[in-house]
Amino acid sequence: MAELNYDQVRTHVLNIIADIALDDDVTSIKDDLLLREQLDLDSMDFLDIVMELKKRHKIEVPQEDYPQLATMQSCVTYLTPKFNQ
Amino acid sequence: MTSQKVDYIVIGAGMAGLASAIRLLMFGKKVLIVEKHSIPGGLNSYYKRGKREFDVGLHALTNTVKPGEKGKPFHKILKQLRIPLENFELSPQSYSLIKFPDKTLKFTNDFNEFIESIHQQFPNDIDQFLSLVEHIKNFNEVALDNETFMAKDVVRSFIKNESLIEMIFCPLLIYGSAWENDMDFSQFVVMFKSIYFEGFARPNGGVRTIINLLTAKIESLGGEVRYKTAVTKIIEQNGAVCGVLLNNETLVECSNVLSTVGNFETKKLLNPELFVAEENIGKLSFTESIFITKEKPHTLGSDATIIFYNNRPNYLYRCPQTFIDNQSAVVCFPNNFKNDQMDEGWLRVTSMANFNLWKNLNSADKKSYLQKKEEVASENIELLKNLLPEFSGDYLFKDVFSPTTITRYTGHLGGAVYGSPDKIRSGKFPETKGLYLAGTDQGFLGIVGAMLSGISITNLYFLQNGSNE
Repeated sequence: MAELNYDQVRTHVLNIIADIALDDDVTSIKDDLLLREQLDLDSMDFLDIVMELKKRHKIEVPQEDYPQLATMQSCVTYLTPKFNQ
Repeated sequence: MTSQKVDYIVIGAGMAGLASAIRLLMFGKKVLIVEKHSIPGGLNSYYKRGKREFDVGLHALTNTVKPGEKGKPFHKILKQLRIPLENFELSPQSYSLIKFPDKTLKFTNDFNEFIESIHQQFPNDIDQFLSLVEHIKNFNEVALDNETFMAKDVVRSFIKNESLIEMIFCPLLIYGSAWENDMDFSQFVVMFKSIYFEGFARPNGGVRTIINLLTAKIESLGGEVRYKTAVTKIIEQNGAVCGVLLNNETLVECSNVLSTVGNFETKKLLNPELFVAEENIGKLSFTESIFITKEKPHTLGSDATIIFYNNRPNYLYRCPQTFIDNQSAVVCFPNNFKNDQMDEGWLRVTSMANFNLWKNLNSADKKSYLQKKEEVASENIELLKNLLPEFSGDYLFKDVFSPTTITRYTGHLGGAVYGSPDKIRSGKFPETKGLYLAGTDQGFLGIVGAMLSGISITNLYFLQNGSNE
């Protein structure tokens, strides 16, 4: 199977965020800025992102790695190897 | 006796229990939700008399959010439960009044109008009020490790005018305090922000709309609430919860239990012989009279949505020595939310009431109890005539509930709508591993507070860091 590239992983992450931040516009997310500042997400919502990654993609994110999910860019960088495992 | 095993048990299908169950189900947990009553809602529920559908509890939903706003408690709940805002069909209030003998303050869902009203009525105290507001803005009222200290001490360090203090406290006390004449400062801030900063709205369809959204979500996640199912005992072994016994003789094994039925109500389930001291039972209970009229309240003379009425110089928020306190009340006109879809006029009057007097009368003599309810209705009619100049006192239908009605349907000791003054903010019972508390006695208030409580406690103890499964 071909490996997922940046944009493909980004789409997976974006789909999850769109389902969590129901009332937010996710199309304008800037990849290098903090997600929680653009989208009104707090620590409770990051729990949901982690849960959805596990549910949809069988990807585990241990709690010490939560800071890796701070921006879209860091999310994709951190998750790409996990998607491609 | 039959037995079964689940990952989580939620006791009580009120706002906190339903919100908690939704979170657990979203995370794929196997959860059993039990409710003693035959319908959901807990302290905010509903019933039907004749053809009419009544709400219990909910006058208004606090924490109203305005379009474009972000990061308010209500937004957090919507995201956590994944329910879109528009599904609540919120209809905002017109305005509300705090009506004392000499002065009346007005507030709306725009906080500036409250500032303006205080400026007019208390011109010398406005700067002190504004510095209190700054302090409130910067206070984190939902931190689970806040100490308990009383709000009036804090407010008096900003505002010197006792009349203004009494008026500011009036709605906040009667919409949420388990203490007489004061409240914990964190709760004061919760209430201040949710009522004065954010304001009131009513879902079209009343409390049913909210409950139906929550129960539909539970169903869509494959969960199920078991009604008419009471927990008769929480079973503990070596300092950890290991299951519950249900009233149908079923034993359910489980090491994670969230109770939403109250602090001492939960302790009584652990130890049914437990004696609960008088001072630990909340003293604040209420009667409510609901009158259905042909004319709507605006035709009868008032456009206000809610009136916090007090006929004394001070506001006495306490258990009255008489069956009800007839010198103060909260009056709600549900028609006076902006989007009135009702065919008839609805007039609701809530009065502080003495639980023990009602309980003794109810158990001694049913006929006198019913007669007392008639007397309360008549007193409430007189009060309404003061507020509605065109109201003759005629109505099509009425219903009155008393403090004993509250205990009967919600299980709250003492008919205490706001629970015990002994709150457990951490949500933990330190003596019993695996047992947690959410809802009224965890200390967030109102419908939004209850849901936030269920969500926060569930996230913290059951969903973060894994759980002690």
